[in-house]
Amino acid sequence: MQSDYSYLAEFDIAVVGAGHAGCEAALAAARLGMKTALFTISLDSVANMPCNPSIGGTAKGHLVREIDALGGEMGKAADATMLQSRILNRGKGPAVHSLRVQSDRVKYHEYMKSAVEHTEGLYLKQDEITDLLTDEGGKICGVRSKLGSCYGARAVIIAGGTYLKGKVFVGDAVYESGPDATLPANKLSASLESLGVVLRRFKTGTPCRVHRRSIDFSKLERQDGDEEITPFSFENKRELRNRVPCYIGYTNERTHEVILKNIERSAMYSGHIEGVGPRYCPSIEDKVRRFSERPRHQLFIEPMGLDTEECYVQGMSSSLPEDVQLEFMRTIEGLENVEIMRNAYAIEYDCCDPTQLLATLEFKEIEGLYGAGQFNGTSGYEEAAAQGIVAGINAALKLKGEEPMILDRASSYIGTLIDDLVTKGCSDPYRMLTSRSEYRLLLREDNADLRLTETGYRVGLISRERYERLIEKKRLIEQETQRLKHVNLGPSEQLNEYLESMGTERISTGIKLSQLIKRPQLSYEGLAQFDEKRPELDKEVWEQAELNIKYEGYIAIQMEQVEAMRKLEKKALSPDTDYREIRGLRLEAAEKLNKIKPLSVGQASRISGVNPADVNVLLIWLSAYGREKGEGDGGAD
Amino acid sequence: MSVICAISTAQAPGAISVIRLSGEGAIEVAARVFEPAGNKRVSDMAGYSCAYGEIKSGGERIDDGVLTIFRAPHSYTGENVAEISCHGGIYVTQRVLRACCENGAKAAQRGEFTKLAFLNGKLSLTQAESVMDTISAQGELTLRSAKLIREGALYKRSESVKGRLIKLLAQLAAWADYPEEDLPEVELETMRGTIESCEREINTLIKSFDNGMILRRGIPTAIIGKPNVGKSTLMNLMLGYERAIVTDIAGTTRDLLEETVRIGDITLKLTDTAGLRKTNDEVEKIGVEMAQRRLGESALILAVFDGSKAPDREDEQLIEQLKQSSGRVIAIINKSDLGLEAGYTELCGELTNVIELSAKSGEGKGELERIIGRMFTSFDEEDGGIFVNERQKACLDEAMRSLTEGRTALDMGMTLDAVTISLEQAAGALAELSGERISESVVDEVFSRFCVGK
Repeated sequence: MQSDYSYLAEFDIAVVGAGHAGCEAALAAARLGMKTALFTISLDSVANMPCNPSIGGTAKGHLVREIDALGGEMGKAADATMLQSRILNRGKGPAVHSLRVQSDRVKYHEYMKSAVEHTEGLYLKQDEITDLLTDEGGKICGVRSKLGSCYGARAVIIAGGTYLKGKVFVGDAVYESGPDATLPANKLSASLESLGVVLRRFKTGTPCRVHRRSIDFSKLERQDGDEEITPFSFENKRELRNRVPCYIGYTNERTHEVILKNIERSAMYSGHIEGVGPRYCPSIEDKVRRFSERPRHQLFIEPMGLDTEECYVQGMSSSLPEDVQLEFMRTIEGLENVEIMRNAYAIEYDCCDPTQLLATLEFKEIEGLYGAGQFNGTSGYEEAAAQGIVAGINAALKLKGEEPMILDRASSYIGTLIDDLVTKGCSDPYRMLTSRSEYRLLLREDNADLRLTETGYRVGLISRERYERLIEKKRLIEQETQRLKHVNLGPSEQLNEYLESMGTERISTGIKLSQLIKRPQLSYEGLAQFDEKRPELDKEVWEQAELNIKYEGYIAIQMEQVEAMRKLEKKALSPDTDYREIRGLRLEAAEKLNKIKPLSVGQASRISGVNPADVNVLLIWLSAYGREKGEGDGGAD
Repeated sequence: MSVICAISTAQAPGAISVIRLSGEGAIEVAARVFEPAGNKRVSDMAGYSCAYGEIKSGGERIDDGVLTIFRAPHSYTGENVAEISCHGGIYVTQRVLRACCENGAKAAQRGEFTKLAFLNGKLSLTQAESVMDTISAQGELTLRSAKLIREGALYKRSESVKGRLIKLLAQLAAWADYPEEDLPEVELETMRGTIESCEREINTLIKSFDNGMILRRGIPTAIIGKPNVGKSTLMNLMLGYERAIVTDIAGTTRDLLEETVRIGDITLKLTDTAGLRKTNDEVEKIGVEMAQRRLGESALILAVFDGSKAPDREDEQLIEQLKQSSGRVIAIINKSDLGLEAGYTELCGELTNVIELSAKSGEGKGELERIIGRMFTSFDEEDGGIFVNERQKACLDEAMRSLTEGRTALDMGMTLDAVTISLEQAAGALAELSGERISESVVDEVFSRFCVGK
């Protein structure tokens, strides 16, 4: 293959696509000292939100806080451009508390574009990348644009979102397009395939946007933001306030009638769409058909921004023709005269099989090529951004000759997301869910900094000052936790009256304060009056101390599970292993292992089709292999 | 830290049995179940030393025996090992194993000791491959036996419990992951009810562990009936040789005769009882009392009637009694060779299994064996047909423990994210029986059952 390309410019890293994944990837790479190019088909679409104008939500809020803890941008952008903030799942327990904001879509785009523009060593450029360039060794060495220009790059991160061979469906109407009426990227797929990347078609959809003046808000239920606002960013200093309400409405039997009557006209039922749609995000026609017993479905009216009258109608994603969309929308109470400004549509696009990736998000077989975001089979801005920062960091670390950053499942939702993708793959667009994490009680939104900021500091995205603040915070939490375990309270009448009033048992002998905090009816704040020597502490400190105590037993259980998992995770497997040669492995297991090429026994154990007996065979084989090579019993504990 | 344990001698009645514990905490676990005689303490015992003492569980004495201690690395597995020798009855041995499990040990997987021995460098490299072969064979075997179990009652019932748990977990997952959807609330009372019903079900399965043991050791079978209806002749027929003294004089069989009979894969512990009648003969009285006690303990009752004589009040009473009985019952209308009286058919109408037979000529024997065979191999929904082995029992115990923890946390008012952890553990323990992964099943269930999404 030719390698004497004449480059218009040369970079360390080129990022293809400037959506949520691309922006985080490029920012991380440039901040780690890499000369980085960020290519986008349109500068006006940088960090665009082509679907819901919001950031966060269940499990996604966790991702945003983790991105922030590692030194990413999304949390800051979301704080800066929020219109309304709420913590979802209040009262359901700390593991599932989830922050979600409504965002000003245009402001978010402007914020992120500006952040990119103001980053040293980062070059934002409007151009469609059509080809990947490789050297004689098959290693990535640059990209070529639609205009024929070549750019040198030692690593390339593909973050193509839904642009790759994007195709939009509205009823019978089908046309090539990127999201939000942008140009599709029709050429890059062929170049990827020629390098051996396995592509497939996924599909997603979005509801219509409607004009505010056409909505009768008196018929809808108003939903306001939280009074006390928790920011996404651990570094946020500004005061945040809610600016707009959202509204809740419902479909009804007439809506469903209209939909069912026209169901054959939906693109999803006409057979035009070959892509696999997301299970977690069914269109309204899917919901009506599959859950025919439901008399109504909920919808939300969310503002698209402060400077626009456009409103997003969450819950009403559809690929029915425009006239049917208008007809069913107008059956909804409050929307009788609704004006649709942008119609709902389904979009189909190329993405890769993520089991071709390493946990660094580099392709196993193509050195220097990385994938991030929807291109890897996920959906959601937050999932995309999470992969973006991981790909950006790892591409930079590799070029710097440093150890990769691999986050395991017990460290974060980001680690869980990536492990799921590269180990199990996905058969429909992957959405993060709290139920996907087996270590939920450890991986909370509130402790993302305690879990990840040291890692962010080690790779170089977190400043020394922020790191030192974190270490101090950890010290204070530990100190307060210990203090609570030592403070003794006597059975005073006052305390017993309080206990009774809170619906919990009286005490007859002295008790440790921590024992009382453990009672679900009591809280750290509520017990303040009986805790005379309580130090003055920030909420983020005492809250951690309180959670440590309240959930001590569960945290201990989960830590045990983590230990067991990490033990297997430490047993490294070589990617050069030919599993067919290992005596005792079942054929099915050997085939799966050869496909995924896991890097540890732990990862191997999570591949479907590999059973516990196979894992035992691997352990013994590893141990024998280690001894044979004179490395002692390398595989043994 | 984990300690594994297993019965290391053959699982058959013998003079002694050995239960082996291995792992860092093996000696601690042994100290909890074994109390050396005199003032010795288990923790003070040196490697390669023995002590005589009592084996206890929850303060209750199970047996006396000998404890041998091996300290790492000088043991078979290379870890700390404790071996408890007890008396060789299968029941006693199981009790000792269970005591170890209740005190912190986990039931070992087949081949696990050997695997450990290898991993800890106690076996040579050349032995590695044979260990792998063993394990892989075990993998295949597990698959095959899993397939067999799949048709069995244990699988059906543990799957049904797991199914209910996964449904509940999916509901909790949907409730946590989709707070803004119009989903039905998770009702705490319903949730509690589900957990309790799962606990009950698992408890029954755990109890059937003992039943499974009975099945392997032999099904306690009582032959009952009025004197001289042909009980002993039936026993002899089933044994194939003369064992009981058979005379025409009622009351010849005065004590219990016990014999083992094999019918296909099934072993019956056959007891011929003294006839059930009021008696003044002291010796016979004891026999009758024993017989009545036997009736309560038996898993299978063969009730024999003299078909050549019309049923009387005693027969009617016996049949009433049988209808109340918890065991399985086969009513045998004997002496078909002499011509049968009417009346029995109607009388036995409510009993499921009624056959006509001639114990003397052997006519009807085949039918009797077929019925017994069907009873104990069809794995229907009754407890007696369920096999639970030690490994499965350990899974069930863990599921039980987690469920109880979850229910307690729920009652205490703990947040549901924490309760969910216990329920997941319970479902995970049950999934070990069938080898799936819980989080995937939960996510699949959420998407198939709930209408969620933007």
